[in-house]
Amino acid sequence: MSNEKFEPKIVGFLCNWCSYTGADLAGTSRMTYQPNLRIIRVMCSGRVDPQFIFKAFKEGADGVLIAGCHPGDCHYKEGNYKALRRYKLIKKLQSEFGIEDERIRLEWISASEGAKFQEVCNEFTETIRKLGPFNSKKGGKNE
Amino acid sequence: MSKPKVAFYWCASCGGCEEAVVDLAENILKVVEAVDIVFWPVALDFKRKDIEAMPDKSIAVTFINGAIRLSEQEEMVKLLRKKSQLIVAFGSCAHLGGVPGLANFWDRESIFNRAYKTTPSTHNPEGIVPQEKVTVDGKELTLPKFYNTVFRLDQIIDVDYYLPGCAPPPDLVMNAINAILEGKLPPKGTVLSPNKSLCDDCKRNETKPEKLTIKEIKRPHEIMLDPEKCFLAQGVICMGPATRTGCGERCIEANMPCRGCFGPTDQVIDQGAKFLSVLASIIDVNDEKEIEKVMDTIVDPAGTFYRFSLPSSLMRRKRMPSVADNEK
Repeated sequence: MSNEKFEPKIVGFLCNWCSYTGADLAGTSRMTYQPNLRIIRVMCSGRVDPQFIFKAFKEGADGVLIAGCHPGDCHYKEGNYKALRRYKLIKKLQSEFGIEDERIRLEWISASEGAKFQEVCNEFTETIRKLGPFNSKKGGKNE
Repeated sequence: MSKPKVAFYWCASCGGCEEAVVDLAENILKVVEAVDIVFWPVALDFKRKDIEAMPDKSIAVTFINGAIRLSEQEEMVKLLRKKSQLIVAFGSCAHLGGVPGLANFWDRESIFNRAYKTTPSTHNPEGIVPQEKVTVDGKELTLPKFYNTVFRLDQIIDVDYYLPGCAPPPDLVMNAINAILEGKLPPKGTVLSPNKSLCDDCKRNETKPEKLTIKEIKRPHEIMLDPEKCFLAQGVICMGPATRTGCGERCIEANMPCRGCFGPTDQVIDQGAKFLSVLASIIDVNDEKEIEKVMDTIVDPAGTFYRFSLPSSLMRRKRMPSVADNEK
């Protein structure tokens, strides 16, 4: 075993209108948070095709975060509900692929919630750190 | 000039694709007139050594059906690749992994355990499972290796064309054979069926409401299916939106929803994930607990969405410790 500390690679799909702006606020407010999240800005959490999530894992991500506007606040009225329904359905399949439940996470972060972004980012990083690396060829802990 | 040589081979499949060749009916006589069939284990008595004796690239085209799950299948398709100018993946299993590919939710050990030990109809008190080598009366007998993972054909050898379907319909097969005989072939790697979704061609598309929404999901045996209305509008899972057209809608005509055997269109990588996206989008429930309730009524979502395409999905198989080092 190597002694190197495991640094999780997390892919975050953040919606343009709320969560990305929330992350921006965390930045401009000089909040510090774990550097493990690789942010991909999407126009809406409803734009997150489930293929993106599987592709992220296939390409070496250890966790995937989807963040959008709070229910009722979607810029496109119902995109975040679509994201929620997809998320709930993915939860039903992911164990069949041996992906631990904690590795896919959905959060509502508004443009004013820089602090919540910081908290989610830190907490999720710690969760994945404890879970260990996701190696698409290696067995998960839930086996 | 001698007639072009054609071969057929089968791997992990049910035999339905062989039927599809016979389903060409009288057209098969035209095919036989135009080509020399040099290898077809289900119908003709040629052996592996006959293929081995042929010069490389001497077979014009080989049609291979079935997924790859045994070492013997891998050896045979590699041999046929060497001897053939063109390889056509014939049917869902060779194209996508097919129904045998659903085994990728398990591994060798769990499959053997179920098939040879725990099924109610099995009497096997000694717990004997297939071995690659066994000695009987001082003689060594061998069996091919059973892989942990099922592969689609192009994950093992280079494939030139794909004929989709479980099984491919006769008109697509005939079109493909004619294209090969006339040398009018599309670019390498083409799936020989139109690149649009089944809904585009479906007669029931007209009955689809402007905004398709459903509140609950039904299985075909739970309701009287309307013979003309869009299945999804009836709340029945139909893979049409995430499936390539060209099949002639045989299932739809028989009042059964599409199960996705033609695989996705070229724009989609993962058919199951794409269908998951479709289905979640049209469920017209926004409350978190209510959503969970609806999702719980979907029986075996992974097996339904990936019925024919698990080895082609982005994840390809379940992560399991037993397959950590080698998928085979």
